[in-house]
Amino acid sequence: MARVFMKGCEAMAEAAVRAGCRFFAGYPITPQNEIPEYMSRRLPEVGGHFVQGESEVASVNMVYGAASAGTRAMTSSSSPGIALKSEGISYCAAARIPIVYINVARGGPGVGSIQPAQMDYMQATKASGNGGFEMRVFAPSTVQEAVDFTYRAFDLADADRNPVLILADGVIGTMIEPVELPAQRSEEEVAAIKAGKRSWACIGHSLDEPRAWIQPGNWSTAAMQQCNEDAAALYASWEPEWESKWLDDADVVITAYGISARIAESAAALLRKEGIKVGLVRPITVHPFPFAAYEAIDYGKVKAVLDVEMSIPAQFVKDVETAVKGRCPIETCLCSGGNIMSREAIVDSVRRIMEGK
Amino acid sequence: METNLCVAGFGGQGVMTLGKFLAESVCSSTDKNVTFFPSYGAEQRGGTANCYVVISDEKIGAPLGTSQDDVIVMNGASLNKFLSYVKPGGTLFINSSIVSDDIPRDDIKVVKAPVTELALEMGNSKVLNIIMLGVYVGYKGEIDPTIVWGTIEHKLASKAKLLPLNKQAFEKGLEIGRSQR
Repeated sequence: MARVFMKGCEAMAEAAVRAGCRFFAGYPITPQNEIPEYMSRRLPEVGGHFVQGESEVASVNMVYGAASAGTRAMTSSSSPGIALKSEGISYCAAARIPIVYINVARGGPGVGSIQPAQMDYMQATKASGNGGFEMRVFAPSTVQEAVDFTYRAFDLADADRNPVLILADGVIGTMIEPVELPAQRSEEEVAAIKAGKRSWACIGHSLDEPRAWIQPGNWSTAAMQQCNEDAAALYASWEPEWESKWLDDADVVITAYGISARIAESAAALLRKEGIKVGLVRPITVHPFPFAAYEAIDYGKVKAVLDVEMSIPAQFVKDVETAVKGRCPIETCLCSGGNIMSREAIVDSVRRIMEGK
Repeated sequence: METNLCVAGFGGQGVMTLGKFLAESVCSSTDKNVTFFPSYGAEQRGGTANCYVVISDEKIGAPLGTSQDDVIVMNGASLNKFLSYVKPGGTLFINSSIVSDDIPRDDIKVVKAPVTELALEMGNSKVLNIIMLGVYVGYKGEIDPTIVWGTIEHKLASKAKLLPLNKQAFEKGLEIGRSQR
């Protein structure tokens, strides 16, 4: 298939349309504005609807409504805006409504900075709203992955009847890279997907049919517990995804996700050319977290695991600590505030570990 | 083989467009990996704007960095900020209409082109970026200019009346770039 040169945000938006997304609501915030901008032009071309809401809260609730009516629906924002959407996300999780949303993350906390960052790790993976619900969270490290994960996210959300989060960042969102776009689902396929939700979605039942009923909670404590037990069983069924490289002979293993992972891989490749044996573990799903990936590390040999992330304080490292279980030291290579991880900083960190400093 | 380029100037000088046209030309004409990354502040106009293009036979890690093979500076502030980014042996391209400073490094090559003046002479100050794109392509000799022109033509399809001016600008740049090889 021919490759096209697309900005991450626009490529994710196009992938969503091709997956059958027919409703998008959002509210502007840098660095994700190209998603709503693209959707505002593209969705009407395929008979879909775009709404610029009056706020993030309104937008996420419009998506909640559209998805409750069986339409594939998406919203997106960047860190502070994602925080505002947390109420709606939690409601979708409670009501078991499939939506997809994208966080093109920027610096935080607070209004933070408009430049790229990875400071929403805990929020994305542990508590994206109240009530302890869980979601599959994908962390793309290339524009191609951002496209592929967004496309898949709609199928997974529908299969699970649960929100799916794409945890991108300002680099992935604003950089332009060659991508191969997935196949456009036909109008018939999109209609069939919607019709397939008839058993639970509010898509217009006749009086003699059982009606659909969407509710984000339950006044019966027994029913609410049952909902949560069902949800817990779903969460337990998810398989984590990851990529590992060069672990067999590694003296140092770098671990990173998203944009940091591709920079870490380039650092590892550079060091290996010099004969320094560096391995790499890259979680693709940051929830469920791929703890098993870290079992392939030879802890009798490695000097340390190096956690690389664009967050100060480090957050991803907490899951890495759980995975490594104290079997070797964990060092960190961090930046924050909108500064972007550099290959040189990672290379220097590995050299310090190799020199025992 | 990896080539890193940083293009820097004021917002409004067409810095992003220059980088994008170059990167898009590589994407459409080769199977190389290529990235374009924009970097700018919250301002729409007048602030600093810069972008990075990485072209590589291998997987690309960071789409930006502080060690660049080539740096194009369109104004004085960019020279101050990015001069140190040029690798030893790398090339600095200067808009010599605005940047008249002596370059305090003897380990890099310097290519000068008065693109602001040339653009004004052509009757449209906005084509300075297309002249500079020509300078870069002409000097490097790595990318077929006809492919880059094809990208410009394609991107300006809706503004066809500007094509002759842009053609003139691009060719003037090529001539300057080639003459300094």
